[in-house]
Amino acid sequence: METAECQHLLANMSNYLDGEASAELCAEIERHLSSCADCRAVVDTLRKTVSLYHQLPQPEMPPDARSRLYKSLDLSEFLNPE
Amino acid sequence: MSKEPDRLLVERIQRGDKAACAECIEQHSPGVYRMALRLTGNVADAEDVVQETFLSAFKAIDKFEGRSSLATWLYRITHNAALMRLRRKQPDQVSVDDEEVFGEGMEVPSQLHDWCCLPERDFETSEARVEMEQAIRTLPEKLRVVFVMRELEGLSTEETAQVLGVSIAVVKTRQHRARLQLRERLSMYFTELAQAEA
Repeated sequence: METAECQHLLANMSNYLDGEASAELCAEIERHLSSCADCRAVVDTLRKTVSLYHQLPQPEMPPDARSRLYKSLDLSEFLNPE
Repeated sequence: MSKEPDRLLVERIQRGDKAACAECIEQHSPGVYRMALRLTGNVADAEDVVQETFLSAFKAIDKFEGRSSLATWLYRITHNAALMRLRRKQPDQVSVDDEEVFGEGMEVPSQLHDWCCLPERDFETSEARVEMEQAIRTLPEKLRVVFVMRELEGLSTEETAQVLGVSIAVVKTRQHRARLQLRERLSMYFTELAQAEA
């Protein structure tokens, strides 16, 4: 990850993964990736990192916290069990 | 969940309609809670931030002009409430400007093992998920908030920029840096796992 090409790829990696890089830049990046194992590992694991976070289960507000929220706003009459 | 457009719901809240306040909470409290939890890092603070957010929002509802969505407006209030709470608890840590600390350049990756070949079940363990949540908490505040809004709450780049009052370019840079830092942290964990399984 020390060459100028690696640094260029690193700066544009999210744009590339998000499909926001130009066709010209994509071609340039793919050329570099075909010959740089380190950058390939970083691109693959960065893509996987983002994908894992998108699949991460979302935390839910505990029911007692929800009850306290309604009470604190004087809305207990609208509090229905989830 | 009600599909009533923001404008009608806001008008009802402005008229003091308590049922509308409850609808607003039903629609938006899950996202507000998740954001508060990810920003503060603990359940008790998140609960307080959610209460502060809706209390402030209903008090200031006359100031809502509809230039952003109601959700975006609530996220802005949540962000401010969470930040104030963090500053009270950790004044030294949070007052530091992350950009000054970390400089303008991108972090250079040091973890270069490709762990993507691990079986899917290794990514779905509770231990892996705890590691991922902890990794979010290690991000500098400015990167963490952008990552949570963009990647976990699904706000657009424009909406995130609007909530934070920064440019779209700043949001993109922070999102990219957050991803790189999280990749680095997760790589340490998953590389160790891959090597143990080899």
